[in-house]
Amino acid sequence: MLLINCPYCGERPEPEFVYGGQAHIARPAQPAEVDTQHWADYLYRRDNVRGVHAERWRHAHGCGRFFNALRDTTTDQFLGTYKVGETPPAPSKERA
Amino acid sequence: MSEGLRTATGGTIDRGRSVHFIFDGRRYAGVGGDTLAAALLANGVHLMGRSFKYHRPRGVLASGAEEPNALVTVRRDAARETPNLRATQVEIYEGLEAVSQNRWPALTFDLGAVNDFFAPFIPAGFYYKTFKWPRRAWYALYEPRIRAAAGLGRAPRLPDPDRYANRFAHCDVLVVGAGPAGIAAASAAAADGARVILCDEQSLPGGSLLSDPHAAPSLIGGSSAEVWLREALTRLTANPRVTLLARTTAFGYFPHNLIGLSERLSDHLESPPVDLPRERQWQVRAREVVIAAGAIERPLVFAGNDRPGIMLAGAARTFLNRYGVLAGTRAVLVTADDDAYAAALELKDAGVFIACIADTRAAGAASEQARAAGIPVLNDAVVLGTQGRRRVNAIELARLEDTELTQQQIQPCDLVLISGGFTPSVHLHSQSRGKLLWSESLQAFLPGAPAERSRSAGACRGVFGLAQVVSDGSAAGAAAAAEALDPARPGVAPAGGAPRAIASAPTHPEPGLVGALPRTSATHGRAFVDWQNDVTTKDLALALREGFRSIEHVKRYTTTGMATDQGKTSNLNALGIVARALGKSPPQVGLTTFRMPYTPVTFGSFAGLARGELFDPLRRTPMYDWAAARGAVFEDVGLWKRARYFPRGSEDMHAAVARECVAARSGCGIFDASTLGKIEVVGKDAVTFMNRLYVNAWNSLAVGRCRYGILLRDDGFVYDDGVVARISEDVFHVTTTTGGAPRVLAMMEDFLQTEWTELKVWLTSTTEQWAVIAVQGPNAREVLQGLIDIDIGAAAFPHMSVARGNICGVPMRLFRVSFTGELGFEVNVPADFGSAVWEAIHERGESHGMTAYGTETMHVLRAEKGYIIVGQDTDGTVTPDDAGLSWAIGKSKPDFVGKRSLARPAMNAPERRQLVGLTTREPSVVLKEGAQVMAQPGTPIPSRPLGHVTSAYYSANLGRSIAMGLIAGGRARIGQTLYVPSGHGDIAVEVTSTVFFDPAGARINA
Repeated sequence: MLLINCPYCGERPEPEFVYGGQAHIARPAQPAEVDTQHWADYLYRRDNVRGVHAERWRHAHGCGRFFNALRDTTTDQFLGTYKVGETPPAPSKERA
Repeated sequence: MSEGLRTATGGTIDRGRSVHFIFDGRRYAGVGGDTLAAALLANGVHLMGRSFKYHRPRGVLASGAEEPNALVTVRRDAARETPNLRATQVEIYEGLEAVSQNRWPALTFDLGAVNDFFAPFIPAGFYYKTFKWPRRAWYALYEPRIRAAAGLGRAPRLPDPDRYANRFAHCDVLVVGAGPAGIAAASAAAADGARVILCDEQSLPGGSLLSDPHAAPSLIGGSSAEVWLREALTRLTANPRVTLLARTTAFGYFPHNLIGLSERLSDHLESPPVDLPRERQWQVRAREVVIAAGAIERPLVFAGNDRPGIMLAGAARTFLNRYGVLAGTRAVLVTADDDAYAAALELKDAGVFIACIADTRAAGAASEQARAAGIPVLNDAVVLGTQGRRRVNAIELARLEDTELTQQQIQPCDLVLISGGFTPSVHLHSQSRGKLLWSESLQAFLPGAPAERSRSAGACRGVFGLAQVVSDGSAAGAAAAAEALDPARPGVAPAGGAPRAIASAPTHPEPGLVGALPRTSATHGRAFVDWQNDVTTKDLALALREGFRSIEHVKRYTTTGMATDQGKTSNLNALGIVARALGKSPPQVGLTTFRMPYTPVTFGSFAGLARGELFDPLRRTPMYDWAAARGAVFEDVGLWKRARYFPRGSEDMHAAVARECVAARSGCGIFDASTLGKIEVVGKDAVTFMNRLYVNAWNSLAVGRCRYGILLRDDGFVYDDGVVARISEDVFHVTTTTGGAPRVLAMMEDFLQTEWTELKVWLTSTTEQWAVIAVQGPNAREVLQGLIDIDIGAAAFPHMSVARGNICGVPMRLFRVSFTGELGFEVNVPADFGSAVWEAIHERGESHGMTAYGTETMHVLRAEKGYIIVGQDTDGTVTPDDAGLSWAIGKSKPDFVGKRSLARPAMNAPERRQLVGLTTREPSVVLKEGAQVMAQPGTPIPSRPLGHVTSAYYSANLGRSIAMGLIAGGRARIGQTLYVPSGHGDIAVEVTSTVFFDPAGARINA
């Protein structure tokens, strides 16, 4: 069970959260003007990262807010969480 | 009790307290503090089980959790029967009843032992090759027989009557293992102010100290091990920051330092208090973890190594020092390491005749010491075989120099002690995804850099020797406390860094044997690698001959390391044998994955209190009690209990539903629609939000009006639907399907919080705030008129109106909507008034033919009108046009969720499956929902169907069956005859419109 640092509430256990898929996929502003391939990419194409992955979580059974997280998919360690609209933090250096 | 097998003094047992127990129907006596294995050995009983495959007689091999052979079922009563318990861990109590497993009719005479003679025909993987023909026989004959012959204990047939508790805990430092390293670590961490949990799987803390109470005082600062232990435990127990848990196994290491502990509370008690749970499962979130899990002694792999009476040297030492039990009277020690010599010397002191020590290595200091004590030592020894059926009675030894056998000898004995060295218990470290490093000098895998905030201490990281272990534990505990209490601590990332240097230098250049003893021309008999799964050296060789190379594949083909003991005693030897055969080093071959649980954990402890009525939350509407009192039959819809129908007298569902359907269309029906999802969308941008989200045009929806809304996903497929009312300019009352409310709200929040952050909109779930009473039928207006304070005449309050008012003095939102096709209203009142208002409406309606109906009737009535149910008539691949709902789309809107996808050419292909009506040629035949629809009768299987039936009912109002289905190019097929295969031949159906009843819609506008 992961421990997730909600930017609004602090560290809470995983069952309070719902995973929201890859982060930073903006819905095209004018969908009608987007060609089929790019629309399909927006709908379906996601990265399958081995390493640091920017992803969305929602504190569904807490404050209800969506936020973003950087998680290393090889270790399940979070390198940071941040609010919607913020730029991802630089991955913090692991302590030696 | 056999005379002379129990020592006069010493150990942790209570000699004065006699404890009687039953094993395989025979009554024995042990003493307080005994395990079942210790008590049986004290009675001279070595034969405790039969092996998994060959049914070979097996004795106890080990003294703890790693025991592969002595598996028993402990039975309290018919419902309390626990299989596959290790006799080495079962604590006896007065009247304990245990039975051996995998034998029939008896342990001493087992017919299944015939398998042993067929052993050459049933090597590893035999069932993959032998039982191939005929194919059906595998399921009917071969597999059941193989499973019956090869087996462990049986699960009880009755429901588990015991209670299991759960506890969540946090601590600064969790220490796993209360041996010398763990106690030292816990003491150091607690002394530095940390909150500590110290757990150990055994009944008493102490670990190896319990088997070695007289360890040289000088090793641990002057006092004896016994005294050191007592003093340390007194300090820990008195410290309020320390929680000491006995009989508690740390079974799993989960991400971010969550450790699962299984605490056994009552299995050791003769008559447990009724209020005591049987087990308690802890989920401990520890800031730091110290793993002090110790090491497990490795057996030696040689011919005939599995007879009862052959046991690990350390186990014999534990039985002697902790339980005061002599495991035999005449013993031979076969060893590949120095530590085991202590067992021989101590047993000799206790009066056991040590016939010989056979050391597989050249002579060293330990050999000389033993010779000095008067024990013959055979160096460079090999074992040629053993003798004895239900108990070993001799071992055949020789010295192997180059390829020559000398000093061949047969040593009579009733006990063979074996030791191949120690395997550090890296299970938890590895479960946490920590890397393992191979130590050439120790011939062992050791913990590498941790993946979590954990550190290993003592024997589990290759530190041996009591003084070193204690100081290693102290250092680990102090370091863990410092990390845990560091205010600058950055969350849950692992401490990282390089593994600390290993303190111990091995005392002998060959510290144990990883693999098997060499076979010679004179060797006879099988050499077992995995006792519990009956895997021999030959099986491993066979797997390699057949081309398996990965250790994971070898494991699965031979089943080595796969049983309930998960190869605690066998994995490393198997790896050594495979590595040698492949000419590789053990780390090049690699180790199989360690998985939780460390030892088996009962299902009950995972379920905890989530059983029966507490399994899932239950949601009841305010009118539940009214319906229950009238004998309603309920159905589960999500977590809701919904009234399905209200049978009268001896009515079955069919009869009740037919009556309810007719009543709703001829008089008046009342229906509990409270489970409908409800979301209040509020804010100055509410209409913009609704426009962007739902397909409909919301600007044109006037205050006081409702509209049927459709919600798509951005891929263009129908996600949810429901009536949306405009309460005021900036307030929308949105309803969703019963099951869809949470996901619709989540989707709304998603868009609002992440895409359209500029919109001033607030969303509130109001599902449970409103009780919803649907009043439907020609008399609905008359029934309500006398109860409410607003004008609901046809002109003032037409179909799809909404208004605020009062009913019986209670504030309400009144909708004129219909899911039946009749004149209908939905009365929304605050939930607390729901029951009273319902009863008032029902009472007033009785003179107007008022009939309560349930969800089944609701389904039939809506299907008569062709109204869809999202999730039943749609399946996530259905567009609004497929469902015949494109009329709802706001055509002039530049965008809404899903609009771009609807413009894809594939979404408009004429052969898409479209929702149509289906009527059977024979009116009384009701189709099966989910049935396939074919173009031609007698279509061979397999064939691609045109579509399938989504809804099918008998309509009492129409006097015939009706159905809807998704059919390829369906609307162009209206009038065609299609065929629905069934168990009784093809059913001819005509494709029709989805509206079966009142197609003009006159009734709804009445």
